[in-house]
Amino acid sequence: MQIPYTKRTLSNGLDVIVHEDHQLPMVAVNLWYHVGSKNERPGRTGFAHLFEHLMFEGSEHHNHGYFPPMQRAGGLINGSTSTDRTNYWEVVPTGSLELALWMESDRMGYLLPALTDDKFTNQRDVVLNERRQNYENRPYGLAGMALSAAMFAPDHPYHWPTIGAPADLLAATLDDVHAFFRTYYHPANASLVLAGDLETDRGFDLAEQFFGDLKPGPVPDLVRADAALSASATLVLEDRVELPRLYLAWHSPAMFADDDAELDVIADVLAHGKTSRLYKLLVYERRIATDVSAYQQSREMGGMFQMSCTAAAGVSLAELEAAIRTAVAQVATGGPTPAEMARALAQTEAQFLYRLQTVGGFGGKSDQLNAYNTYLGDPGYFDRDRQRYLNLTAAAAAAAARRWLQDAPSVSLSVVPKGRRDLALAAAHEVHVS
Amino acid sequence: MTPVDRSRLPIPGPDRPFRFPRIARRRLPNGLELRAVTHRAVPVISIVLLVPGGASADPHDRHGLVSITSGLLDEGSRGQSALEMADRVARIGGDLDLEVGSDAVVVSLTTLDRFAETGLALVQEIVSAPNLTADDFNRIRNLRLERLRQMKDHAGAMAERAFARALYDTHPYGHLGMGTTASLTATTVDETRLLHAALFAPAGATLVVVGDRPAEELLDLAASAFGDWRAASSTMTIDRAAALAPPPARSQTKLGVVSRPGAAQSELRIGHVCASRATPDYHALLMLNSILGGQFVSRVNLNLREAKGYTYGVRTGFDLRRGMGPFVLQTSVGTDVTVPAIREALNEIRDIASTRPATDEELAMGFATVSKGYPRGFETATQVARSVAQLALHGLPDSYFEDFIPRLAQVTRDEVSRVATRYLDLDRMTTLVVGDLDKIVASLLDLGLGPHQVLTPEI
Repeated sequence: MQIPYTKRTLSNGLDVIVHEDHQLPMVAVNLWYHVGSKNERPGRTGFAHLFEHLMFEGSEHHNHGYFPPMQRAGGLINGSTSTDRTNYWEVVPTGSLELALWMESDRMGYLLPALTDDKFTNQRDVVLNERRQNYENRPYGLAGMALSAAMFAPDHPYHWPTIGAPADLLAATLDDVHAFFRTYYHPANASLVLAGDLETDRGFDLAEQFFGDLKPGPVPDLVRADAALSASATLVLEDRVELPRLYLAWHSPAMFADDDAELDVIADVLAHGKTSRLYKLLVYERRIATDVSAYQQSREMGGMFQMSCTAAAGVSLAELEAAIRTAVAQVATGGPTPAEMARALAQTEAQFLYRLQTVGGFGGKSDQLNAYNTYLGDPGYFDRDRQRYLNLTAAAAAAAARRWLQDAPSVSLSVVPKGRRDLALAAAHEVHVS
Repeated sequence: MTPVDRSRLPIPGPDRPFRFPRIARRRLPNGLELRAVTHRAVPVISIVLLVPGGASADPHDRHGLVSITSGLLDEGSRGQSALEMADRVARIGGDLDLEVGSDAVVVSLTTLDRFAETGLALVQEIVSAPNLTADDFNRIRNLRLERLRQMKDHAGAMAERAFARALYDTHPYGHLGMGTTASLTATTVDETRLLHAALFAPAGATLVVVGDRPAEELLDLAASAFGDWRAASSTMTIDRAAALAPPPARSQTKLGVVSRPGAAQSELRIGHVCASRATPDYHALLMLNSILGGQFVSRVNLNLREAKGYTYGVRTGFDLRRGMGPFVLQTSVGTDVTVPAIREALNEIRDIASTRPATDEELAMGFATVSKGYPRGFETATQVARSVAQLALHGLPDSYFEDFIPRLAQVTRDEVSRVATRYLDLDRMTTLVVGDLDKIVASLLDLGLGPHQVLTPEI
């Protein structure tokens, strides 16, 4: 199973990857910059994401919004920012490929001359509203921030959320934008995928034509920071919620590192679907929880294994915690059963196949090629990625669970209704997130 | 290599042709309508069963019955437990979804091509022979009651609930699929059995199968899996026509507020009962919506987000159904700009139907956006299967996809103006705010909508 591709690197350092798929008369343009909130500094958090918004507000030779020309062409355009990378993409009818490349290359080369204070202020207000909508005004919406803050020291780049702190967003200046652009937004820090209804040679010709004369900058150093918990911590956060929920988090391997796939399987065995151990025990049989989840959030500098479980009415979080820790200990000791391994394998095989269904957008083939290229330098990693799961053994999964979960310190966070700290785990330390 | 001409944007080249799905059909002796489409991309098969009669078919005193009954379909069948069923789905890498809309229940399963027979048999089994035991019913009902409690904290969920009620009152579209604490508490497992027998019958339902095989072969597979499906007898009758009755001509609420102390934003809904999917003005309404608020580049989003920074995003939609569906504008805005945001939104709706009708440029943009992007909706087997199921729900012809763009091209500026005037009526508009009432109450009168009504949606 593969995503066939051809890769070349332009003389200015831009990686170009072309994948042909002629099913629809559409082409996906997908551009990753290797910069995210991990490249921010304390006091200016949220900046990488705010910057992403500015990329849609015009560039020197098209000093208008980026949405109208795309929409007029019948295309889609969007972008997103994570801790580790920022991506931008268009999906356009085949005849509008040059339009999309013209625009992507113009904002890579010529963003700053078009930048004004008005645009900056407007998009900062939009981002503050994005924060209110997706975090502040959403039940349990601040739990992720509280966990990250507790797991990582204040100077570790995963300490703060990608959306940033409101005070930092308000403190950001146009000078910050200029410096950020010069450091991170240039061909040598970017990777371009063209996928869909185009011929490979033409893809490279067009990439050279539109991006070839853009000036490279120095490749930024990879951010490196160690993270470890010296001891377990127990926290409580009051929120506008009806039902208390428990979060547990452990440090875990970085993406594609040893034990990363193993912990994915452990997460599935513990809490994915009705057949998982904890759904079966807590939701189906004992009926003391309304939901349970687990996932291995693997990132570039390190991962975080996270679980959450919402208490049914009248059930204590301590009871849920005890059950979860017992289940973790059991899988760490005995490993997944043969039936669990077979099920995980079947689902993995299907999930990889489903990932081949869309060319563009978030998670489409173009986005996957760029992820593999940006993090591993190998766009062809798709099948090896799949093999990681097909080859892993129950014993290896158990060992990973022992190493990273059972024998390691963790952060427990109780999210409880306002004024009900008594519902948290015992001796919980109160945290505030704004 | 010639340098890039950066003095102007490149002119898009011609569109390459696209062949819309060709639909094969068959009707089984038990009345089930079959549809199949060959989709040559990835060896995946998508199975979609559409059963007409969604949340709007709930008995008037049992809101949520259709939804909980549908939710019980994958909680075990033919004597096997929910866990055994989940295991069977997982073993074929299946992605099973049970969805209750206003007008229909949709059961869908996507799986690998080599599991086509197993997948079809699974879908047949869960719709025709669910266990519907008292124990499973109690378990699922409790989970739903807990979810209802959690919805109280969710501004969007509260807005949906209050808005449906304000627009439709006791009409079948006036409640959400989940029902309420009171209605779910009153519901019994026997009622789910009666409803199941009455609702899930082959006659009237449509099964769509899309995959990487000849359409005739897909039809044969579907026929052998579903040929034995027989309707059960039930003392309950389903009133699928109830939703077609005319809703209240005018909402009793001009300006409603659901109080949410300390909320970081105000969640807004603005709209009124509007039209059914069968309206001959459907294509003109799509164009109108694209210009007003259906796209990023649209009047309300460019105003409220890009000019004013009031919101992360705002959109409008004509939610057209078998009966009369609503026009809705929805967004969340900063608490301190609640009133100006509502004023701007109402102005945009008023203006497009009066002083600032759609321009030629907007019309061209709207047409390009909707028509050139149309093939994108047919990329995956599941997308194709769901689109074909929609045709069945609304009685649209198999040629609908092919005809869509030519029909859209006929929409004129005058037609857009006419439908704006006809279908958007500021006098009938209901404005709903879910937010921090104390902080906004003083300024609400400035809107000129009269005194606000405090609404307490039933959960």
